[in-house]
Amino acid sequence: MSGIRIDAIEKRFGAARALEQLTLDVEDGEFLALLGPSGCGKTTLLRIIAGLETQTSGRIFIGGRDVSALPPRERGLAMVFQNYAVFPHMTVYENVAFGLRMKGATAAEVNKQVERAAGLLHIEPYLERYPAKLSGGQRQRVAVARALAVQPAVLLMDEPLSNLDALLRLEMRSELKSVLNSSGTTTVYVTHDQTEAMGLADRIAVMHQGVIEQIDRPQALYERPATRFVGGFVGSPPMNFIDMPVKAGLARLGDFTNPVSTGRDTITAGIRAEDIAVVERGGLPFDVMVCEPLGATLLLTGRVAGQLARVAVRPDAVVAPGDRLNLEPSPGRIVWIDPANGKAIGQAA
Amino acid sequence: MSEATVSIRLRRVMFWSGVAMLCAWVLVPIYLIALGAFGGRAGVFRWPKNLLPWDSGLAAMQAFLAVEGVWTAAVNGALVACLTMLFSLLLGAPAGYALARYRFAGQDAFRMLVVLTRAFPLAILALPLTVTFIRTGLYDTPLGVALVHTALALPFTALVSSSLFMGIPRELEEAAWIFGCTGLQAFRKIVLPLALPGLAAAAIFSFVISWNEVFAASVLTVRNRTLTAYLLTVLAESPLHFRFAGGFLLILPSVIFIFAVRKYLFAMWGIANR
Repeated sequence: MSGIRIDAIEKRFGAARALEQLTLDVEDGEFLALLGPSGCGKTTLLRIIAGLETQTSGRIFIGGRDVSALPPRERGLAMVFQNYAVFPHMTVYENVAFGLRMKGATAAEVNKQVERAAGLLHIEPYLERYPAKLSGGQRQRVAVARALAVQPAVLLMDEPLSNLDALLRLEMRSELKSVLNSSGTTTVYVTHDQTEAMGLADRIAVMHQGVIEQIDRPQALYERPATRFVGGFVGSPPMNFIDMPVKAGLARLGDFTNPVSTGRDTITAGIRAEDIAVVERGGLPFDVMVCEPLGATLLLTGRVAGQLARVAVRPDAVVAPGDRLNLEPSPGRIVWIDPANGKAIGQAA
Repeated sequence: MSEATVSIRLRRVMFWSGVAMLCAWVLVPIYLIALGAFGGRAGVFRWPKNLLPWDSGLAAMQAFLAVEGVWTAAVNGALVACLTMLFSLLLGAPAGYALARYRFAGQDAFRMLVVLTRAFPLAILALPLTVTFIRTGLYDTPLGVALVHTALALPFTALVSSSLFMGIPRELEEAAWIFGCTGLQAFRKIVLPLALPGLAAAAIFSFVISWNEVFAASVLTVRNRTLTAYLLTVLAESPLHFRFAGGFLLILPSVIFIFAVRKYLFAMWGIANR
């Protein structure tokens, strides 16, 4: 019903290209996160969907309707802004009711929807207050309630949690997820925080320099990144990238060998920190430089043949800086990457 | 008494003496002028002075207002000031909005140009203006004076309202668009209420600029003088208590005006809500 289709959208600011021929489908009721570092074009894309920015070329469809040339108010969507954008001269009630009033809803309808939205976000006690009297977290709730009150076909969120402190962010995150799950609204959510994207989204689109590097479910993205950039951006700590020389179809480093299919004489092994076992002998030689106890794991930072690597081991492991360990990555979980173009081998990227 | 309480007490004394000084700075001259204005011929030289200006009744002020031309000039002056206020808001606020919200070629040059209008000495423009005004029939009309005063007040209104609109986050407007507003509706429902206190202040200022302006008003009028221009020509030959009455009349509208809109000056909504 209200999926979004983004068809070959391109955006240029003067000579600079913010978005390059971007095509993307968001299904009805899906929660899609646009994830990427600042300046990757994710906010620009969101603003183009909203109609706040005009694309240089390409078209946008919402629910099958071409909205490319429509002003924001006719696109049938709601948006939550990074700095909340709650109207300071209206009470919380009037803020939440704003979209409904603009639609010309009856007083009874306004009342009903405001109460429903306020109930979802737990802001009933503040309805008669002015936003200046609210904390950041409460304002954020008002902004979300205002968006949900109009029962939009599409909800756009632009880094809605980035102005909250860490604890509040975690709380709002799980709350957002449950609220949006129950409403079944198609949502596009912009963030630079990969844990936020992983936790909230049905699918994540990782953006980099104006192109989408990969779109997939969070777990698939984490386990099988299509490019070196995705592997390095998603997950904490980031994926390890270790260059290995290739001879006769065999990647070899230290005592570690693995058959690979590449025509080049080096290959990059992308290995997650937790996909590595410490073994008695053989494997990759690892010189420990730093030990960080993180509670659930012990994170070791060191070097494999001069290349930086991080390994997560059991928290009770006895390791000290200066030690040399032997590492055995689980072969099935290694992502082999062509060092020339940064793309994973054996995957459509 | 500990050292801390002494320093707190000292600070309090400093604070209140500062407040008293500022009040006296503004109020004592007004008070003295009022004494002279209401005291009549005798009151000006009497010693000791009356405690309250109206102790000797309103007769002196009434006599002054009854002098031919004073009342008309006051009405003229108010009319010109109100027109100036209206014009400079209607022209200045949109200019300020454009400067704040849109990027266009020559923006900085335009900003500079707005300020530069104040760099022209009015004395140089006086003759050409008079000639032009006589030709177009604007000479000796309140509208003509108001136009010149608008030119004087406009840079101020444009720049003040531009910084005013800049202080209103763009996202508020964008949110209004998203939730169903046209550009004009968003301006009326969101931007205008938030900018109102500042716009009121700018309006008052242009009123005061016009009310106090004497040069253009003197040059461009003969019979329809504004109060300032009228008093300038008449007061030199007037007795002292008339001068006080004239001065009092000049101060009065500004004070009343600012008193009337003080709510807008102080009751800000707290726009900074980031």
